[in-house]
Amino acid sequence: MVAKITPQISEQDGYKFGFNDNDRATYTYRTEKGLNEDVVREISKAKDEPQWMTDFRLKSYHHFLEKPMPTGFWGGSIQNYDLNFDDIYYFARASDRAEGDWSDVPEYIKDTFDKLGIPEAEKNKLIAGVGAQYDSEVVYHSIREDLEKLGVIFVDTDSAVRDYPEIVQQYFGTVIPPADNKFAALNSAVWSGGSFVYVPAGVKVDIPLQAYFRINKENMGQFERTLIIAEEGSYVHYVEGCTAPSYSTDALHSAVVEIIVKKGARVRYTTIQNWSTNVFNLVTKRAAAYQDAVMEWVDGNLGSRLTMKYPSVYLMEPGAHGEVLSLAMASDGQHQDAGAKMVHAAPDTTSTIISKSVSRGSGRTSYRGALKVYPGAKRSRATVRCDALLIDEKSRSDTYPLMEIEEEQVNIGHEASVSRVGEEQLFYLQSRGLSEVDATKMIVNGFVEPIVKELPMEYAVELNRLIELQMEGAVG
Amino acid sequence: MAEELLKIEGLTVSVEGKQILNGVDLVVNRGEVHAIMGPNGSGKSTLANALMGHPRYAITGGTVLFKGEEISALTPDKRARKGLFLAFQYPTSIAGVTMVNFLRQAMKAVRGEDVPVREFREKLLATMKLLKVDQEFARRYVNEGFSGGEKKRAEILQMGILDPDLAIMDETDSGLDIDALRTVAEGVNALTTPKLGIVLITHYQRLLNYIKPQFVHILYQGRMIESGGPELALQLEAEGYDPIIEKYAPALAGATGERA
Ligand SMILES: Nc1ncnc2c1ncn2[C@@H]1O[C@H](COP(=O)(O)OP(=O)(O)OP(=O)(O)O)[C@@H](O)[C@H]1O
Ligand SMILES: [Mg+2]
Repeated sequence: MVAKITPQISEQDGYKFGFNDNDRATYTYRTEKGLNEDVVREISKAKDEPQWMTDFRLKSYHHFLEKPMPTGFWGGSIQNYDLNFDDIYYFARASDRAEGDWSDVPEYIKDTFDKLGIPEAEKNKLIAGVGAQYDSEVVYHSIREDLEKLGVIFVDTDSAVRDYPEIVQQYFGTVIPPADNKFAALNSAVWSGGSFVYVPAGVKVDIPLQAYFRINKENMGQFERTLIIAEEGSYVHYVEGCTAPSYSTDALHSAVVEIIVKKGARVRYTTIQNWSTNVFNLVTKRAAAYQDAVMEWVDGNLGSRLTMKYPSVYLMEPGAHGEVLSLAMASDGQHQDAGAKMVHAAPDTTSTIISKSVSRGSGRTSYRGALKVYPGAKRSRATVRCDALLIDEKSRSDTYPLMEIEEEQVNIGHEASVSRVGEEQLFYLQSRGLSEVDATKMIVNGFVEPIVKELPMEYAVELNRLIELQMEGAVG
Repeated sequence: MAEELLKIEGLTVSVEGKQILNGVDLVVNRGEVHAIMGPNGSGKSTLANALMGHPRYAITGGTVLFKGEEISALTPDKRARKGLFLAFQYPTSIAGVTMVNFLRQAMKAVRGEDVPVREFREKLLATMKLLKVDQEFARRYVNEGFSGGEKKRAEILQMGILDPDLAIMDETDSGLDIDALRTVAEGVNALTTPKLGIVLITHYQRLLNYIKPQFVHILYQGRMIESGGPELALQLEAEGYDPIIEKYAPALAGATGERA
């Protein structure tokens, strides 16, 4: 039996981004509801794609049909939800193509992103480039001129297929093959939008590239596809923020993010998602790190109805280092099934996973982590630390650590803790004048501090604010 | 006449169904220092926690008037905002929250309005200097990894920042080395104003050499069995609790008998 869960979206949750602009949004093009081979072809045709991409999509579509709903590692509980693939719009075009000039973006989309604070950040020059995606397609893209001159590419992935076919074809689907899992297959079949980033050897992008993803339409699926290639000795920090308005029926976000970090390069990928509570967020993120390369995922998961996301790093050559900082917060009716995966495939590789989760009300968080060390990956060192904080009696948290260590000469550390917001801590803070709500907020903010301090300033502020909004009405 | 700050009458307190305080009376006026002494387990911290409003310390009888108002039903934060302060015997740590952030928010909460950054900074620096606390201290997480003595200093730092009307200090002297004891005690004296009332819970005369009480009370088995002037503490130091307890033993036995 399939349990039907209808999460409550309340004002209290402070879902600030819960506005939509359906009154004004005119879609110049969209596919019918549901998915079949024709829809896949139609998407490819609408984008005027080369044959190899059409073939790639069709092959992926068949993988999607064949693959079972994920069980075991990739996602624990999707079967318990009533996710209906036939009830989703897979592609909608709200604007003709990615604009390079903010003033050319249609007014109603501009309003939406203005409300999200974009391009405020760009105006303030806190970022090196920005991309904004509205439903299926990217509507705005820009990059700082000096970076462009250095050969840095930051465009939406649709444009990349058209303008940089050799690079895209070389790497696309190599880190996450379509047959990896059902949702990777689905994304590979119907993907649209996302970012393509190419950083030439030795180029260091000093401030973050940013992207914003927004689902606007009810029953919409967003399947962005992001590909980042960092050539030898380069550095880039990519930041994405995600939102959707609150509808009564569900939306699906199923992205694929592939990253290639070459010798001596470093990539940091930061996500702050605050999906509304009717979004299924089922994302596959994976990086391959080569010799002495560093890959860092900073992953903040707030909102959504169900999130299943385990950023992973494949440490392919000696000296590679992988890091995942994962933060999850689940409120009433939400389940954050998040974690990380590290694969040590070469000697002298190191990895760190730090996971912090907060559950309040009937919210549930799960840490799902996998650590694999292949034979011969000598002197690998891996540290896993996951801490869960429960706010209310009925809050829940589980840990599913999976370890496959096939090499003896390794150093593995694993620590886990579950704690409740303590009576003594609350009393202490209250005795200093803080109300129970403020005291709880302070404890939660302190708990997540090790992750928040890794974020760019404006994102740290935003995240603290989001957490506080979620905490309001949490107590008493 | 001195202005009455705290007036406790017939206070009984239970913890997890067990009665710990069996009818305590105490009056503290502004400008007064009261010492409360008593053997381990006699109920000193229970009194302090109950006054501050710890949810597990249930006031089952009697009255607690603070500035003329019954506070028994108020949550701890409301009591703090009224001007009550407790320096804890065992302060809790709060991971990830810096002292400076905590102090700022506490100051704001107690005042009920925003505190200008400049004013806060000046007050923080001055109080830290007074207590000989390193500036780096402000960036550390609340009580995390603090030594016993650092925790006690941090409590008095908070008292200095929050500027209460009545400060209860629960064994602030324990865990302090000789020099630290002097620094903290001198700090408290420097923070003392005519409006402040102090309740010092301590086992030792050495603290009272610095912070001089006008009144000394002895708590035993949840009851104030003796009150007097500073000489009472000196007598205790010389003779221990036995002579006083013996004097009150018959009365105590009678009282307990009634209750049982
Ligand atoms: N939370 C609690 N749970 C159970 N018993 C408690 C609790 N708090 C206090 N008690 C009991 O109440 C009695 C008084 O304890 P309290 O801490 O008030 O003593 P005290 O006078 O402060 O002692 P000390 O000098 O050792 O600090 C003791 O018997 C103690 O075990
Ligand atoms: Mg005590």
